[in-house]
Amino acid sequence: MAEPGATVPTPKSVADTAALLAAGGYIADIELATTVHLALALHRPLLLEGEPGTGKTEIAKVLAHGLGRRLVRLQCYDGMDLANAAYEWDHAKQLMAIRLAEAGGGNRNELAASIFSRPYLQSRPLLSAIDPDLPPAVLLIDELDRADEPFEAFLLELLADFQITIPELGTIRAAIPPVVILTSNRTREVHDAIRRRCLYQWVDYPTAARERAILASRAPDVPERLSAQIVAFVQKLRQSDLFKQPGVAETIDWAAALQHLDQQDLTAGAIDQTLGALLKYQDDIARIRGAEAARLLTEVQAAA
Amino acid sequence: MSIPHNLVQFARLLRRAGLPIGPAEVVTGARALTAIDLSERMQARAALRAVMVHRHEQQDVFDQAFDLFWRDPAAQLQAAAMALLDSRAPQDTKPAPGARRVAEAMAGQRPRPPPEPRPPEIDATMTMSEQELLQGMDFEQMSADQIARARAEIRRLRLPLDQQRTRRHRPNPTGPRIDLRATLRTSLRRGGEILALSRTAPVTRPPPLVVLCDISGSMARYAQVLLHFLHSVANDRDRVHVFLFGTRLSNITRQLRHRDPDTAFELIAHAVPDWSGGTRIGETLREFNRCWARRVLGQGAVVLLVTDGLDRDGAAGLGENMARLHRSCRRLIWLNPLLRWDGFQPKSAGIRAILPHVDEFRTIHSLDSLRDLVALLSRPAPPRAKKEFLS
Repeated sequence: MAEPGATVPTPKSVADTAALLAAGGYIADIELATTVHLALALHRPLLLEGEPGTGKTEIAKVLAHGLGRRLVRLQCYDGMDLANAAYEWDHAKQLMAIRLAEAGGGNRNELAASIFSRPYLQSRPLLSAIDPDLPPAVLLIDELDRADEPFEAFLLELLADFQITIPELGTIRAAIPPVVILTSNRTREVHDAIRRRCLYQWVDYPTAARERAILASRAPDVPERLSAQIVAFVQKLRQSDLFKQPGVAETIDWAAALQHLDQQDLTAGAIDQTLGALLKYQDDIARIRGAEAARLLTEVQAAA
Repeated sequence: MSIPHNLVQFARLLRRAGLPIGPAEVVTGARALTAIDLSERMQARAALRAVMVHRHEQQDVFDQAFDLFWRDPAAQLQAAAMALLDSRAPQDTKPAPGARRVAEAMAGQRPRPPPEPRPPEIDATMTMSEQELLQGMDFEQMSADQIARARAEIRRLRLPLDQQRTRRHRPNPTGPRIDLRATLRTSLRRGGEILALSRTAPVTRPPPLVVLCDISGSMARYAQVLLHFLHSVANDRDRVHVFLFGTRLSNITRQLRHRDPDTAFELIAHAVPDWSGGTRIGETLREFNRCWARRVLGQGAVVLLVTDGLDRDGAAGLGENMARLHRSCRRLIWLNPLLRWDGFQPKSAGIRAILPHVDEFRTIHSLDSLRDLVALLSRPAPPRAKKEFLS
């Protein structure tokens, strides 16, 4: 694993990319690995869409760690503006400079040039990610669907050219383009203009085999037999009619919960006790708890 | 044949299949293919997909096209693939949308031709059809009706939804917040002397509007008229989502966006198979809650539910799905044409299941009621009763 600061060269092939992700504990299928590889090779932003809990955010973390880059994370929310996302002028410092200039009788034009310069500029995540004076970054723009449409428009320049134009100062451009990962849970449709600038990947729920591999990597202490049962049960659960299907993150949580209760085998009682780790809506829990859970469990045991 | 040549052909194929592929995608696609191992089919497919697909819905079309095209990129097979996809495109045997209006415009001052004899219409306004009538809807019939005049009026209605405050600010001389950045920039022109403060005020915008409209046999007549209203609303403002439901749920938002109403209704008639069939309100609402609610009900959406509440399934699952819908939106308004009768009593199981979960209910059967609706929507939403927390 790379030390922070010591940048690792980008992987040469899809297999290398998959290996890099696997080393960070992220088991990607071939499609995801290919897309991530392309994002690195072509220097294009990567838009990941999918249900919550399918490991979209995790990719950025693992990439940052694996490439030895710093992770710059921007959590989106409604009404986010440039001052929160990109940069802000340090007004207190500027006012102070004006006062001092007044006292010292400085030159007007010099003052104008000096208080809108880098020392008075406060970086926020987007600017920090492309700052040429800082080491290269992985920029994670998380849950872009939570931001509003005007914010997406701010992003267009950054995503196309990895630069930000500050009217008072000029254009700041990344020396080494950051790896940009955008995620969306689709609570709002992301605009076509953003989509066109990005590589697109739909992150789906994993297959049983991949989910077992993920569990082995993320929860290595869970006995193999139990983890196979857990995965089989969750896969069955995803086929039932639920308002919110459990994601991989929930599977990992559930495995940890069951292991904490010292379960060696999946039992109907243990499932009912820990269902809250897996399902997050009361309607869903009421539907599955008891008879339905027991039925799914029998099916899992019969298949094993 | 070379890879770039094949790639261009493949892009043409995708374009015919309806994917928005521009030259930029082709160029990036070519670059992407150089970055991967071309002997691995899965890699090539994933690479081209990452570049050429921009939303999840396009993925299936892409996969099919990829399999058809790259099975053996010999010229003949390609031609066959092209022909196959072409034949799947809608065929223009019908007159082009808008033709009727052009014809009407050309007819101009000439005396109107006598009305064509039409098959006798069965008035199904108040009956619940048991059979799922999977039939395309004929908009021509509608225009021949005397609804035409009402329709023209409806198109003039505007929907001024009550404005919602956002967290975004805009310069405003009388706003509550001081914009230090603008203030300092202005002051520098005066040598750093701050003479006037620049201010900003929050921006307001109308909330998203989601319309769920029943198009079953008993509602079809109202739905037809209402579609004209929805068309003008959808083209007047952003963030309007329109769904039609009978026995299944159809999202017609994109189709409605066509400026030309004829084109829009033509597209909708193609997209909606269950016009004038039965209703399964509970089932379709469940589908809406599961597949769409999270995607369109964010940011304080207002929901208009247009239905008479007559359910073929006997209101199975209707109550719980209405409750969920009510919880996930800011304001839920039920429009029911049956309410026009003074002695209306909520006797049907469907109506009784819906009633506890709506914020307001209104009739929608005439132009007057439609105007009332517009007035209602432009007033601020009354606070919600807290009954769901008590029960």
